[in-house]
Amino acid sequence: WVGKMVVSSQLENANPLIYQRSGERQVTALEEDEDVVDKIDDREIFDILVRAEHPLSLEELNVLEQIRVKVSDEESAVSVEFTPTIPHCSMATLIGLSIKVKLLRSLPERFKVDVHITPGTHASEHAVNKQLADKERVAAALENSHLLEVVNQCLSARS
Amino acid sequence: MAEDSGTLWGLVEEFVTGQQDSKAAEVASGVKDGDFTVLQVVESLGSCLANTEPRTRSRGVQLLSQVLQQCYSKLTEKEVEVLVVFYENRLKDHHLIVPHVLQGLKALSMCDVLPPGLAVSVLKSIFQEVHVQSLMQMDRYTVYMIITNFMKIREEELKNLGADFTFGFIQVMDGEKDPRNLLVAFHIVHDIIAKHYNLGPFVEELFEVTSCYFPIDFHPPPNDPHGLTREDLILGLRAVLTATPRFAEFLLPLLIEKMDSDVQSAKLDSLQTLSAACAVYEQKELKEFLTSLWSSIRREVFQTASEKIEAGGLSALQSLSSCLSRSVLTADSEDYLDTVLNNVLQDCKHHLCEPDMKLVWPSAKLLQAAAGASSRACRKVTSSVLPLLLEQYSQQAQSNQRRTILEMTVGFLKLQSKWSDEEDENGLGAFKAALCSMVYSAVTDPSSQVHLAAVKALTVLGTQKGFLSAADIDLVVGHLTRLILMETDLQSCNAAIEASGSLAKIHPSAFITRMIPQLSSRLWTEPMEINANDNNGIQGNALRIRCLEALAAVSTHQSIVRETVPILLDYVKQAQEGKAAINSDDIVSVCKSLHQVAVQCQPDAESMQFYHNAVVPCLLSLTVQAAIQESGTPSTEHVLLQDAVVSAMVPVISAACTYLSPEFGASSVSRIVNLFLDGDVSLLSENNFSCKFQPFQMDASTEPQSRLVALLMACVCSLPRKVEIPHLVRLLQHLLSLSLSGRSSFAYSTSSKCFAGLINKFPTGEPLDEILQDAARRIESGLVDEPNRIQAITLLAWVTKALILRYHPLNGQLTNRMIDLLSDRELGVSVADLFSLLVSDSADILNKACHADIRIMFRQRFFTENVPKLVQGFHSASRDDKPNYLKALSHVLNSLPKQVLMTELPSLLSLLLEALSCPDQVVQLSTLTCLEPLLLEAADILSVHMDTLITKLLSLSSSPAMAVRITALKCMLALTKLPLHMLMPYKQQVIRALAKPLDDKKRLVRKEAVEARCQWFLLGSPGS
Repeated sequence: WVGKMVVSSQLENANPLIYQRSGERQVTALEEDEDVVDKIDDREIFDILVRAEHPLSLEELNVLEQIRVKVSDEESAVSVEFTPTIPHCSMATLIGLSIKVKLLRSLPERFKVDVHITPGTHASEHAVNKQLADKERVAAALENSHLLEVVNQCLSARS
Repeated sequence: MAEDSGTLWGLVEEFVTGQQDSKAAEVASGVKDGDFTVLQVVESLGSCLANTEPRTRSRGVQLLSQVLQQCYSKLTEKEVEVLVVFYENRLKDHHLIVPHVLQGLKALSMCDVLPPGLAVSVLKSIFQEVHVQSLMQMDRYTVYMIITNFMKIREEELKNLGADFTFGFIQVMDGEKDPRNLLVAFHIVHDIIAKHYNLGPFVEELFEVTSCYFPIDFHPPPNDPHGLTREDLILGLRAVLTATPRFAEFLLPLLIEKMDSDVQSAKLDSLQTLSAACAVYEQKELKEFLTSLWSSIRREVFQTASEKIEAGGLSALQSLSSCLSRSVLTADSEDYLDTVLNNVLQDCKHHLCEPDMKLVWPSAKLLQAAAGASSRACRKVTSSVLPLLLEQYSQQAQSNQRRTILEMTVGFLKLQSKWSDEEDENGLGAFKAALCSMVYSAVTDPSSQVHLAAVKALTVLGTQKGFLSAADIDLVVGHLTRLILMETDLQSCNAAIEASGSLAKIHPSAFITRMIPQLSSRLWTEPMEINANDNNGIQGNALRIRCLEALAAVSTHQSIVRETVPILLDYVKQAQEGKAAINSDDIVSVCKSLHQVAVQCQPDAESMQFYHNAVVPCLLSLTVQAAIQESGTPSTEHVLLQDAVVSAMVPVISAACTYLSPEFGASSVSRIVNLFLDGDVSLLSENNFSCKFQPFQMDASTEPQSRLVALLMACVCSLPRKVEIPHLVRLLQHLLSLSLSGRSSFAYSTSSKCFAGLINKFPTGEPLDEILQDAARRIESGLVDEPNRIQAITLLAWVTKALILRYHPLNGQLTNRMIDLLSDRELGVSVADLFSLLVSDSADILNKACHADIRIMFRQRFFTENVPKLVQGFHSASRDDKPNYLKALSHVLNSLPKQVLMTELPSLLSLLLEALSCPDQVVQLSTLTCLEPLLLEAADILSVHMDTLITKLLSLSSSPAMAVRITALKCMLALTKLPLHMLMPYKQQVIRALAKPLDDKKRLVRKEAVEARCQWFLLGSPGS
């Protein structure tokens, strides 16, 4: 979803570095067992964020990496670091916002969702992080119908 | 005659002044019937054709033209001549009249007796007198039809007109706007070129007048009555533009320009048109444009995100390369294939050295497209690219990069096999040593990704005829064997098994000597031994399963089958003798492998016969022996007699019998039937038994023997219908008895199945009716006989199924009986379950593979006949029995094609919603499964039920059964495709409710919840 936006934000780079996609998560026998409790784990969060994208996904462009997605089911906390493709990427806030909204919609209410930029990878890292952490601002952004439109486009453009 | 002419005058009068259109048809039928002649019609029109009022003249001509359209085939040469002269004159008349004149000329253009010279004269008049593009669409169409007709019947005359004809037509179509007319005009231009009309100095004009429509931008209106598609126009125009090399100098610059368009469809059309043009061009047309064409194609393939455009670009490059490859060179001309390939190599080759970057694959694909055009191109590209790839492989250390390089190499190697047939030396020879060493090193690389690519490369190298030496093949087989036996990564191992299957066909002896002995010895390795030798090795059980899979996979050649089948059978033999600690899972795996071998043998009659002779007597011997040993000791069950094992043998024997020739099948089946009916053990290899084999004897001591009826079923029910089964009636009697009074459920249900399988193929007639009457009677008495009721309904269900499939008249009666039994206190629940058997395909019998008698649409028929009864039964049933009806119904609905269900949905929907509240989870699940695909297409019907539907689905999303929760959430997702206005009232409620399953304990449920909830969020929001 956000992949398209990221690609368009860096068209100047015609031959970008491409990262390996991880394969589909295999369903295990335990997951099919009615009685076993499956905890929410890092991979599950990662899959919510990068599932089914084309042609270049956030994963292939290395904006999201599984090692930068952390979740603790017991503590009801998620933390996601994302890496803008270039240090001056103007879309950073929007990408972060889209990630945050996607998680807010996809996780149980008990979770505290923290989305921020991978340290040292963006010029205005601090400012962007602050916006993303600010509940009121996120709420206000979602009231802004233009912003909401862009975010929703990102979230619905599944191929 | 006088009277006739009076009538004619009257009709003409009424048409012309009375404005009665129907009179034209009456005049026409008068002419057809011979009441009056065409000339008389003209005479009677005389005064009005000379009238000073153009409307009157127009009306007169209209009448005449309409008559001619009906009667042109009856005209004489003389009449045609007169009429043509008349019409040509009329072309100069008032514009109101011209459309009718054209109609008349069109009728005349279809006359076979048209005198010589007139076609040319008509065309000249049209070109001179008519400004075609100011006519209405219909009338322009008529002009095109006149020209088309003349081109069909007077080609030579038209050609004598020389370039005037071409020029005339250019003027006719210049400015045409209607797509229907354009399609015809394109056909005419195509014919002008293809049939070698003289284009004279008008080549460029002809190109201009057609190419101005390129690329086609036409979107037919919705519900277009003409059925004209954009594709029709594109292909029509493409045929014109690529009809002659003489257009090349104009077309190629146009294509280069349009490839750069912002419109995707224009790019695609340009690339495809270029491909088509290359089919008729030669080097001389292309040479000036080669550099620009290449840079446009390269740009598109490098930049595009669309697979279609990439494919279009690659195929254009391939056509270009193949056009240059086949052009004949004069002594002094340059070889432009070389030039283009040098360009491609120069622009793409260096990207191959950056296997992490985006352009690596587009570059490889371009090179492969260019190389795929001809043997010459292939040799040039590979001789330049392969050394580079080989070098890169040794320089790149990361496994990702190595994998990419290997995969590219495989692509280039595959191209070779396209040409190796025509060339002795396929150009790979020089690289053989280097390629082999790269692939051998890759196949031992620590990364499994690299293995996977290496195995593909091995397969390609091994399939190139005569490329690898015997010693190399041995090495390859050695590597594959190692991967199968030692590799921990399952994917690599499976790839190695698959590769072995393809290579074994070509190099059977290497596999027989190198791989099979190893696989066979590992079958018997105890887990302990492996652990001692190799700490990283695969554990005993997994290893055994791999060996079994590999043995089956390599059985792709007759000589290998002769090796592998005895090994597999030997394993079963060991189990029978109780030698090793073999459990039922092992035997089931062996049976799976045996089945796979059978399927691979089926195309080859000789292999099949060997297989049948080796496998069927052996399995019967071993199981019969086990059953006789077991007689009298029912408590300790022999491994070969367990349900799972016997069931696994069924498909093996089935597959061995399905394709037998009638003669061979008859002799084999008769020995098998004798074994079961009379205990004749001559078929068996081991036949020194302590007591008799009596599977139909029903006492406790022979119970183990009765289970083997499953193997009898596998054989007799899968034979081709031509093969006659001896003692059939006696056999059926025995099966009937065993079905109704067998002790173990395995024995009586397989006996029922066998009975049903045979009944299904039994020829129609009195003997069949007698058998069925007898069976029905015995089922009825079984149903009242307390201990055997469950046996009776099992048999009832199978017999009913056998008869439903072949539309036997008795099926209705039996189905009714089953419906009645749904309200039986004791049996109702089981009968409801058996309904799924009636309508679903069964794996082992009564299917197409077993040559069963299955009529098309039997499910629909069953549906229409029985669903109303089930619905009615539901309404009149007591509360306790209602779930049984619902269950039966949902089984039936689930098996039906969606289209059939759609028409019935309105009447069933309220029942389905009720079924969702039924506490039985099987009913819930099958109802949900049935509803999900329907939700998308039943918006109208659903709208009144939205409240109930959403409430029920949300409540099922917290069902205790995981499968129900998952399917309920899938339905919630499917709902989001309904029209927005139906959903918006529920949006907030649903989003709140779906927060709960986001925290489900099962991941698979959460996944569906996330997807459904996110889609509900997007409903009606901006940007969605």
